[in-house]
Amino acid sequence: MNADPMPGLTMTNGRDLWRQFCRAPVAMAATMIIVLIVVGAVFAPWIAPQNPFDPAALDLSNALIPPAWMSGGDHHFLLGTDDQGRDVLSALLYGTRVSLAVGIGAVVFAAVLGIASGLLAGWRGGIVETLVMRLADVQLTIPAILIALMIDALARATLSPGRHEEVALGVLIFAIGIADWPQYARTMRTGTAVQKTLGYVRAARIIGVKPITIVLRHILPNVLTSVTVLATLGLALAIISEATLSFLGVGMPPTTPSLGTLIRVGQNFLFSGEWWIVAFPSLVLVIMALAVNLLGDWLRDALDPRLV
Amino acid sequence: MTRFLAQRLLQAAAVMVLAALIAFLLFNYVGDPVSNMVGQETSLADRLALRERLGLNDPWLWQFAHFVGHAVRGDFGISYRLQRPVSDLLAERLPATAELVAASALFAIFTGVPLGIFAAVRRRSPVAHVLSTLSLVGVSLPTFVIGMGLIYLFAVTLGWLPSFGRGEVVKVGWWTTGLLTAGGLKSLVLPALTLGLFQMTFIQRLVRAEMLEVLQADYIKTARAMGLRGRTIIFKYALRNAALPVITIIGLKLGELIAFSIVTETVFQWPGMGLLFIQAVSFADIPIMAAYLLLVGFVFVAINLVVDVLYLAMDPRLRAGAIP
Repeated sequence: MNADPMPGLTMTNGRDLWRQFCRAPVAMAATMIIVLIVVGAVFAPWIAPQNPFDPAALDLSNALIPPAWMSGGDHHFLLGTDDQGRDVLSALLYGTRVSLAVGIGAVVFAAVLGIASGLLAGWRGGIVETLVMRLADVQLTIPAILIALMIDALARATLSPGRHEEVALGVLIFAIGIADWPQYARTMRTGTAVQKTLGYVRAARIIGVKPITIVLRHILPNVLTSVTVLATLGLALAIISEATLSFLGVGMPPTTPSLGTLIRVGQNFLFSGEWWIVAFPSLVLVIMALAVNLLGDWLRDALDPRLV
Repeated sequence: MTRFLAQRLLQAAAVMVLAALIAFLLFNYVGDPVSNMVGQETSLADRLALRERLGLNDPWLWQFAHFVGHAVRGDFGISYRLQRPVSDLLAERLPATAELVAASALFAIFTGVPLGIFAAVRRRSPVAHVLSTLSLVGVSLPTFVIGMGLIYLFAVTLGWLPSFGRGEVVKVGWWTTGLLTAGGLKSLVLPALTLGLFQMTFIQRLVRAEMLEVLQADYIKTARAMGLRGRTIIFKYALRNAALPVITIIGLKLGELIAFSIVTETVFQWPGMGLLFIQAVSFADIPIMAAYLLLVGFVFVAINLVVDVLYLAMDPRLRAGAIP
């Protein structure tokens, strides 16, 4: 019998992890940045100097003001304004909110779908396992971004513009989530198949615990560690995917822009010298993705040095 | 081995049928093909006649077979917006995408592999630390942000390189190439860097990880103990064994280059198939979307098959029948 609960996975308890965390300055810095961004996004309506999507709050005479520290800057508009007199900082805060919402939504969707199918495949084995894992194999041969792009492109091409604006957020979460489920399913299946053979599962079966209870109450918590790493790194990927799709014009519409939409709209100003309209959204996007990646990288090393 | 190949062929066929089915559904059921072909004043009777003539009243399986038959012969219908055969449009755009993808792939491989080897062999050197930090930054940089940054630096600020288009192109048969003119080559630099940078960081990380693992193997220690030269050990013994998974994954990453060429072509207004596709999306030009989907699906399937066969050819253990 295999004594190692999961090959290559060193079980770490919460207190060990916390102690390791306190000794990792990079991970702490990354977490601080993430917390800062999340707080800014969640409380955007209260923090932002103006509501950037309320036409009544915009004044065209404030258009194209550079950041406050440059000559011609205005301290009311810390990061400058765009061509419609919209405060860039406010647009950023609201945009980050949308980007995070799609990113987290997509990761949760992908994880739930992947975990459920992985558990099912690992527990039942046989034909169910073959079907689920073959489907995952086939999907993995196509780049995730292309699958998400196709789904979004279809939605964009078939729905009327008004209807598309209403459902864009949901479509994005679905598209990115669907594109990412196979990874979770693979990890879960391997974990579940190993756990199934262990003593505690057999004991639970013998005393007549219902299978669904065994899977959800006993196996799931034991295989969830590896999914944590996948989900963290997946969040960075989902945020970047969302930005890419919105940049291509198949993601969030300009009426509720994400960071990607802001960059798409602002890219034309790159040539006319108003760099701040596009530079700040890009900077926030990269910092956010980098912080999440750094945290995920650290988490992977801390939980399981061999998981690639 | 035969079973392995048969399985892969079956998988490839499954992907192609799925792609064809989606393309077909798009083509026939999204919007009304008839109203896309006729004018406002066409009478209902004429429309019904056209429906009948186009075979839109046939059983759907028959229509699907018909669609596949046409697609196999390169007939994807006529673009709604441009009013030209889709196959002509794709053929025109193919060279631009092919040259962009090839240039990025070469750049990614010829910088990523040496950097990865270096980072593994001298893994305690400060340069290796900088490399591993940079590669994490690399995977966090979205392609379009890299592209815009390069445009701002090299095109807007310094004015060294063009920021859009292919520059001057030369016709060689039906193929248009930008590789033979100075302007064409200059235009290629920024898009190829943009598209290749992400894969370069990825390849560097992968080569480093594989090399580190191989360098710890017993046979490398033996070679060291025997006093073989460092270079012989690294290139002749270590790299060969590390190369196997690297080649497989690089092959698969070629598909990702094609996917992200859509993004790069949009940033640089590069007149390739990706740009054609994205423009088709905003005009709901279904025939182009369907054709692109099929073509890309076919390229992926082909790449995957080639990689599988290469894997078989390179790993003697697989040929002996020990299939993982």
